[in-house]
Amino acid sequence: MSAPAIDVRGLTRRFGRFTAVDHVTFSVETGEIFGFLGANGAGTSTTIRMLCGLLPPSEGSATVAGFDVVREPDRVRQAIGYMAQKFSLYEDLTGLENLHFFGAAYGLKGRGLDARIREVTARVGLRGQERRLVRELPTGWRQPLALAGALLHEPAVVFLDEPTSGVDPLARRRFWDLIADLAAEGTTVFVTTHFLDEAEYCNRLGLMHNGRLIALGTPEDLKARYLARPLYELEASPLDAALERVRALPEVAEAHPFRSRIHVSLEDRAVTPQALVDRLRAAGLTVLSLRPVVPTLEDVFLHLIEHASPEP
Amino acid sequence: MRPRNRDRARGELRTIATLCAKEFAQIRRDPLSLGMLVALPAFLLVLFGYALTFDVRNVALGVSDLDRSAASRELIERFARTESFKLRWQVTDPRLLPALIDRDAIRVGLVIRSDFAARLEAGRTAPIQLLVDGTNSTTAVAVIGHADAIVRAFTSAWLQERSERAGRAAPPPAVAVEARVWYNPELKSARSLVPGLIAFLLMVTAVVATALSMTREREQGTLEQLLLAPLEPHQLVLGKTLPYLLVAIVSTALILLIGHGLFGVEVRGSLLVLAGVVLLYLVAGLGQGLLISTVAPSQPVAFQVAILTTLLPTFVLSGFVFSIRNMPPRFKRSPTSCRPATSSWPCEG
Repeated sequence: MSAPAIDVRGLTRRFGRFTAVDHVTFSVETGEIFGFLGANGAGTSTTIRMLCGLLPPSEGSATVAGFDVVREPDRVRQAIGYMAQKFSLYEDLTGLENLHFFGAAYGLKGRGLDARIREVTARVGLRGQERRLVRELPTGWRQPLALAGALLHEPAVVFLDEPTSGVDPLARRRFWDLIADLAAEGTTVFVTTHFLDEAEYCNRLGLMHNGRLIALGTPEDLKARYLARPLYELEASPLDAALERVRALPEVAEAHPFRSRIHVSLEDRAVTPQALVDRLRAAGLTVLSLRPVVPTLEDVFLHLIEHASPEP
Repeated sequence: MRPRNRDRARGELRTIATLCAKEFAQIRRDPLSLGMLVALPAFLLVLFGYALTFDVRNVALGVSDLDRSAASRELIERFARTESFKLRWQVTDPRLLPALIDRDAIRVGLVIRSDFAARLEAGRTAPIQLLVDGTNSTTAVAVIGHADAIVRAFTSAWLQERSERAGRAAPPPAVAVEARVWYNPELKSARSLVPGLIAFLLMVTAVVATALSMTREREQGTLEQLLLAPLEPHQLVLGKTLPYLLVAIVSTALILLIGHGLFGVEVRGSLLVLAGVVLLYLVAGLGQGLLISTVAPSQPVAFQVAILTTLLPTFVLSGFVFSIRNMPPRFKRSPTSCRPATSSWPCEG
């Protein structure tokens, strides 16, 4: 196996007394879609900024595409594409002008640049929109445009910081298809998101919580490793009271709200669902339904975050 | 080795040209900032050029001639003939003159006593009274100077006439001053104000424009995207300053044309030297703007800082309005000589 596309060892960043990223270690293989998950402020954006060479680490080291982010920032820059969380192209230029500008800034020129622009605009499905001023472009078109800008110079590694925030579900779906295509061609994709359902699209995941990496693995690994217990979905009312009662039961290992229902994992397989329903009814709750469910990543992460050690 | 160097130089130029082209595209789309850079200085020049004048012209004059002699009429005539004064009121009672000044009907009152001609004939000093509205001290001082000159001319003409009547040659005056004003022979305010205004306006626009454009990049997040691209810092700086330098040069040309067309201020001397000095001056201003943009967190702050660090010092400390010679000694050297506009202010130095 060749050297990893991204290799991070003990990466740490402090802002004054606050540690935003705390000794994070992981690596990403070439052509992988690596999902970096965490709530806002968990340290995901800070990590990305360090990997792009925009922010010097306080401690630890990292290589991207084989180049050290501290010692060889110029070579790292040439090798990566970055799409910031906040849309960051020139709003007073057209899409085409933006692409021309950034392409030229990366040293592309002439026919090569024109061909490359045609290629990326076709790829992200931007055809026909590229001559409009960016500030007149609907939000749904801005995301693909920003991605096109990040792909112009054919980077080996692409960093996407919350690429789908503020985008409608259909456009999100399309966007993930694009990412899958990229990875299939050998581009390494490092993507942060706080949409846990999007994590399923990734080859491997890292979960950040309070600056620390609390889980790492494929989606299947994570589900198998962290949720060995049977999981049930409970529909009951009133919800708040039900959650409190359920948590008080000795045979319940864990319970957390999941959309308008409650996900309950049981201590052992010996307890039957019917017994649980009886116990809840006896406690004066209206139980509408209780059925076994396959754990999702959302269950895994809620479990992990609940069990993560509190802030130091 | 050599072709590679040439390639690199070409690549360098292309990168800077790319950055400049982008900046121009943005300037073009933003008529407001373009207007601020080019039209506003020209507009302010016209405004200030007409409004900010210290010239004494057509000052309303009121006269109370108690003598009513040939000599007194001759003196009044001399006042009325000049461009400086305009005879508005002739009153019999000198006590009316202060009332006229109060009502802003006249700025200057002249009282000629009833024994004016008699005293002159007798070879004695004949005092006249000049009442001046001192609300605007600059104008007042100028008015007194003008009046003094008129009276002096009248006296010497009168002396000569009397000598001729007596059949003698007039005694030549003991000392004669032959004043010759250089650079501005007619002592027109516009001639000294317009060049100062040019310096002032260019400084303000150059600094504000660059400070805003760089801060905007940061606010929009595009600065980060630029930092990620393999661009050298000097390329970024040149790409940011060259376009605004060009716009400021256009603005300079426009100001010079307006100064010539409307105020008759023309460049007498080397245009090349002027261009060189303006270039140096603009580069200093653009640099200051760039410096402000690196510390200002947002466009409004950048604007405030840019205005505060250009407008006030340029106006107050450069000698544009207040003479540097009259400043406290501590002020004279350091802060004022740091202002780029100081050295371009023609009345000092």
